Amino acid sequence: MAEIRIENLRKEFADFVAVKDSSFVVNDGEFLALLGPSGCGKTTTLRMIAGLELPTSGKIYLDGEDVTFNRASARDIAFVFQLFALYPHMNVRKNIGFPLLSQGMPRAEIRERVEETARLLQIGHILDRSVSGLAGGDRQRVALGRAIVRRPKCFLMDEPLGTLDAEFREVMVHELRELHNRVHATTVYVTHDQHEAMAMADKIAVMNHGVIEQFGTPQEIYRKPASMYVADFIGSPPMNFLRFTSGLRRGASAVSLNGVDVIVPEIHQDVAVGELALGVRPEHIRFSDASPLRGAVYGSEYLGTNQVVAIETGSGLIKARVPANRNFHIGETVGLEFTPANLALFDCKSGRAVASSLYSGGQHG
Amino acid sequence: MSSANTAHSVVAPSHTSKRVAGTIVIVYALITLIPLVWIFLTSIKSPPDSISYPPKIVFTPTLEGYCNLFTTRTRQTPDYIVALPEPTSTCDEVTRKRNMVIAGPSNFLPRFVNSLVIAFGSTFLAVFLGTLAAYGFSRFKVPLADDLLFFILSTRMMPPIAVAIPIYLMYRELGLSDTALGMILLYTAVNVSLAVWLLKGFIDEIPREYEEAAMIDGYTRLQAFRKVVLPQATTGIAATAIFCLIFAWNEYAFAALLTSGQAQTAPPFIPTIIGEGGQDWPAVAAGTTIFLVPILVFTILLRKQLLRGITFGAVRK
Repeated sequence: MAEIRIENLRKEFADFVAVKDSSFVVNDGEFLALLGPSGCGKTTTLRMIAGLELPTSGKIYLDGEDVTFNRASARDIAFVFQLFALYPHMNVRKNIGFPLLSQGMPRAEIRERVEETARLLQIGHILDRSVSGLAGGDRQRVALGRAIVRRPKCFLMDEPLGTLDAEFREVMVHELRELHNRVHATTVYVTHDQHEAMAMADKIAVMNHGVIEQFGTPQEIYRKPASMYVADFIGSPPMNFLRFTSGLRRGASAVSLNGVDVIVPEIHQDVAVGELALGVRPEHIRFSDASPLRGAVYGSEYLGTNQVVAIETGSGLIKARVPANRNFHIGETVGLEFTPANLALFDCKSGRAVASSLYSGGQHG
Repeated sequence: MSSANTAHSVVAPSHTSKRVAGTIVIVYALITLIPLVWIFLTSIKSPPDSISYPPKIVFTPTLEGYCNLFTTRTRQTPDYIVALPEPTSTCDEVTRKRNMVIAGPSNFLPRFVNSLVIAFGSTFLAVFLGTLAAYGFSRFKVPLADDLLFFILSTRMMPPIAVAIPIYLMYRELGLSDTALGMILLYTAVNVSLAVWLLKGFIDEIPREYEEAAMIDGYTRLQAFRKVVLPQATTGIAATAIFCLIFAWNEYAFAALLTSGQAQTAPPFIPTIIGEGGQDWPAVAAGTTIFLVPILVFTILLRKQLLRGITFGAVRK
């Protein structure tokens, strides 16, 4: 178990910059999710930590030791691949024991450790089976077994649930988190699935175009998005942006949206006149007939416990998550109200959040 | 899969097409097998039977051809033969009927051993070098990799005999003429291009993740190659080995040109049997029959791999 420290890590492939000067720290025993769309540099970052790629510049410290240019085999880390990479010519037992064999461990001890690991993952009954006949979930468990059997300093996982079907993924999300709680190993988990990241991680790093847009707890990432990108990437449906053109003054606590004043958390910086966006999560919208902010119902999606209603407003189409007990007619005019404490403001030009009391106390990247 | 399903399947072949395919395969097998059967039958005929016209289908089998293949004989007077002690082997007996006695072993066995050494030696070398080169081309950024691969393949574009004279002169200078080493090197050089190309295809199909996983599991790249890549490449290696072996085993032109004595292989030797005291077709046929055995055994042993090797890439595991 160890702390992973990344400093100004950069990776260029020919003229493409995959990772742009990233820095972050994963504390001992912490579960970090690297979250982002495909091609954002999250897998490259993970592979550099593993030693499967060498960085163009920057440093990687594992447990305080500079391992930037160490061989993968010399780093004492475990890696779970997206396609599991179970050795097809070995059975389950040999697959799990393979890392121990490289250390020259006596056979009896390997046997014991493999069986102990199998018990932990509840795969004792398939130890002597061939890996090619295993179901997706069991393959996943064998891959995890091969990772934890060695008790490495940290675990790196590259979309390990990507190939499982949705139903099974839920089960494995739960199992992975349980496993993490039991072994408490530092883990870096790459995913493009926000639900996996939110459900498992202690910290999330949201990446885009090789840059870490925001690093924080799932709560921070969700409640205090540092950029429009993060706000849009996290949440389903994502945060609504109501665009308007205005300037902001430090200390103000209201903005004017097409002539309607909307109360927002106290603003902590001056912003020159330009295009801004008011960020509202769908669940922070309520219907209020008296509200001066009006819109026309465009459509609704019934989700059982609640419904998502699309509303055409003067500032664009927005989606609201509201109780399922009210029926809406398409075209019906409604009044809207936002929960003031949860509103975020963004500068559309830079895409960054405007400092306000929403962010004070928390991290603001 | 139940039979009811297959009967109505759109992709499974129908009964008629299966029968047609089966007939074609049987006819083809007969066409290719008849010469082999004829060679085998000739090898167990007596010399008069072997040249009789019309050809004899029913005859008394004899081992004379095999005896003549493995021995040299001298002609003696009938009186001398009658005076000899009782024959000690079937071959003695058969030979004496033709008024001859066995003078000693023929060169067939050493030539056959030469063929084995040269063919298997060059196959091993070609597959060994080919595997390493293919792995390198498959996994590393080799500068000018495409050009190099084309260059390697281009050595197969001309008929090998086109370079016979330069090679003959080079071998004479280097003292490699009529040596097993020279033939092994020559066949390796010809086969290695085929081996690189075939094996690169197989190794490209093995995901890199396996080696990466092995390296993370604490192994060096070479160990990962040996323990993870090689076992998965066995199919390709076996298929490649068969192709290389068949080439080296059957090669005639270079063997005839570059070997004449101690390193001579079986293909140029077998025709020389004809000349010794009349046309001894049964002995030639016996030599050919024995010559077929190693390839037959090797191919049967590896036939599963060969089949998968031919269809590789078509079906993912």
